[in-house]
Amino acid sequence: MSAPEKTALAVSSSPHAHSGASVRGIMMDVLVAMIPAGIAAFMFFGWNAIRLILVCSATSVLAEWATRRIMKREAAIDDLSAVVTGVLLAFNLPPSLPSWMAAVGAFAAVVIAKQVYGGLGYNVFNPALVGRTVLLISFPVAMTTWTMPSLYCAGMDAVTTATPLGAWKTAWSAGAAPEGFFAAFPLSGLVTGNRPGCLGETSAIALGLGAIYLLLRRCIYWHAPAGFFGAVAVISASLYALDPARNLPPAYHLLSGGLFLGAFFMATDMVTTPVTRSGQLIFGLGCGLLTMVIRRWGGYPEGVSFSILIMNSLTPLINRATRPRVFGTRSKLA
Amino acid sequence: MTAIRAPFRIRGGVHPHDSKSATSALPVETAAVPPRLLVSASQHLGAPSKPVVKKGDAVLRGQVIAEASGYVSSAVHAPTSGTVKSVTSMLTATARHAFVVEIEPDGQDKWVEPLHPMADWTSAAPRDLVNRIAAAGIVGMGGAGFPTQVKLSPPPGKSIDTVIINGAECEPFLTADHRLMLEQSDAVWLGARIIRHILGASRLFVGIEDNKPDAIAAMEKAMAGADGETGVIILKSRYPQGAEKQLIRSVTGREVPSGGLPMDVGAVVENVATAAAVAAAVTRGVPLTERVITITGECVKNPRNLLARVGTPISWLIEQCGGLTGSVGKVISGGPMMGVALPDLDVGANKTTSGVLAISRESARQFGSEPCIACGRCVIACPSGLLPCTLSEHIEAEQFDDAERISVLDCIECGACAFECPARRPLVQHMRQGKQTVLTRRRAREAAARGKEERK
Repeated sequence: MSAPEKTALAVSSSPHAHSGASVRGIMMDVLVAMIPAGIAAFMFFGWNAIRLILVCSATSVLAEWATRRIMKREAAIDDLSAVVTGVLLAFNLPPSLPSWMAAVGAFAAVVIAKQVYGGLGYNVFNPALVGRTVLLISFPVAMTTWTMPSLYCAGMDAVTTATPLGAWKTAWSAGAAPEGFFAAFPLSGLVTGNRPGCLGETSAIALGLGAIYLLLRRCIYWHAPAGFFGAVAVISASLYALDPARNLPPAYHLLSGGLFLGAFFMATDMVTTPVTRSGQLIFGLGCGLLTMVIRRWGGYPEGVSFSILIMNSLTPLINRATRPRVFGTRSKLA
Repeated sequence: MTAIRAPFRIRGGVHPHDSKSATSALPVETAAVPPRLLVSASQHLGAPSKPVVKKGDAVLRGQVIAEASGYVSSAVHAPTSGTVKSVTSMLTATARHAFVVEIEPDGQDKWVEPLHPMADWTSAAPRDLVNRIAAAGIVGMGGAGFPTQVKLSPPPGKSIDTVIINGAECEPFLTADHRLMLEQSDAVWLGARIIRHILGASRLFVGIEDNKPDAIAAMEKAMAGADGETGVIILKSRYPQGAEKQLIRSVTGREVPSGGLPMDVGAVVENVATAAAVAAAVTRGVPLTERVITITGECVKNPRNLLARVGTPISWLIEQCGGLTGSVGKVISGGPMMGVALPDLDVGANKTTSGVLAISRESARQFGSEPCIACGRCVIACPSGLLPCTLSEHIEAEQFDDAERISVLDCIECGACAFECPARRPLVQHMRQGKQTVLTRRRAREAAARGKEERK
């Protein structure tokens, strides 16, 4: 061996092999998985979709870059997590929301929900959902102004309308079932995405495609979505069985609102949900239960965002409660 | 008895690319004796051996050059005849310093008077066989190097009913055990039966991963017509299937209790190479002075399986394989998952050196670690059922009581967590640091408690 080669040998701890996975790679996978829903958003809501996705992701990245610079922390925008937050936030906004409001939301998501806590990995709450909640509280009217998908009325000015869950709740708070509900909101529209709602939440089929990709890439596990869908299905079916006139059929609860987006893309967020798979199942069940409580008895027609945020706060407790059994021990250690 | 599938699977684990094809079909070749041998006096777990030769001494092959210095210790023998050039403390293949006996071979390879062969070991007293194994300097050749005579001497009250011979070889790249099982299956089986005899065990199994069907067939053939409850257990190929506790669980369904030893569940595990060494010591009277080593990796020109003398310099072994090629980033003693990166190649191979792996600069690239994103992949991968992510954060924050509470001491340092971690966190280093600190603090607490008792 010649001398220069000797000095060049790297010495590091085992293991010397690695799966090749990276944080950036995972974020890239999430972005890829959001492409079908992004396309669906463009199909149904036109240029508003592009506008909001661009505004939110650009603001997120800029806010991330600037805050880390101000706080004298290492730059982190190349991990792509800010882009993911931006796109997810855009998916959670009504298509007609003014750009400046969207930017406020993205700023809140990245700066308040994430960087103030220490950046990626340290945030307690899902940043995109914090951004959405800040907007919902700050701009309640703009955040609940819905437009008809443009396939319904191509070329016309945006027609304001109500979401399926919103229409149901508004009518019932006046004391009666909405007229022509099932004709206005056929199940087929809920599956394809041809219905009013947030940009990226309407197309169950596009979100499902993305979810399959994430499952195959091992970026998410089935446990949280299964718990989420399972709880919503069981509770909504029970309510429907008890009083079919007052309660929506389970299919409507499963396919409308933000359930697909929330269950597959936000209840599976790595940082803010449990690390154990049994914990993820519990997390999902809790989300489903809270979603149904809010939808049926709460003040909001839709409960996915709040339920996930509430469950985020329980993540450390769930982690603690679902610690795996240590090899060679009878039961879990307290 | 035909081979059967292991009744249980390991918890977690990972599936790295096995990279064994470069050497798995290459028969073991006997390496020449190198121009100098660097024989470490600390090739085993426990107290380092005490060198009993000095500079200028002439030694014969098989002569004791370092004596066991305690109960958990082992003798070291001259791997060939020649002259002792020096006895100094220097770097060894474990990347730690130890006394090393440097021998210049005389080319005669002359044996010391060997121990008398025991043809009829079946009627020998277990105690005599254990003494023979101790005298032969046999240690666990799978990597840990635990002195074999200690493992074969369970304290009174512990009875062993199951012996498992470990042919899992779950580390990627390594094929030394694989080739040994193919080419020396009779010796492995003979050693296995001697071990069973010593322990008075009723059950004897050989565990082999299912990626080595030819080794499974060879061992089955060697074991044909065996008496008692014996057989090849086919293990699912998954790292760390060959870890002692994981292997016992896969084969018997028993779990070694946390903090306990295999003998607590009536089991003893010995590596296939150890079994072959036991057979040689008992039936031929020869001490352990050579072993099969896989020299491989993308930067080794002609990877080979070599039967090399203990103390053969790693650099010389690599030269026997055509030398290094390409831009070498790291040379590892052992496998890629638990092996030790060597800062210097002028170190002698140990009794525990199953492989030498030279990987490229690209493969050895170092990454900065990022904060944990709580993806949970380490939790899924951990064969011990730990939360490596949480442990790592506790240890980073020096919360050692918390780390102890959530079982840091149960970590086996297999590296499955770090293999999976997308943030490339130094999880294994954290675990080692945590284990060490927790043990130190525990000892301090115990010492303080004893002091209090005495003052009363």
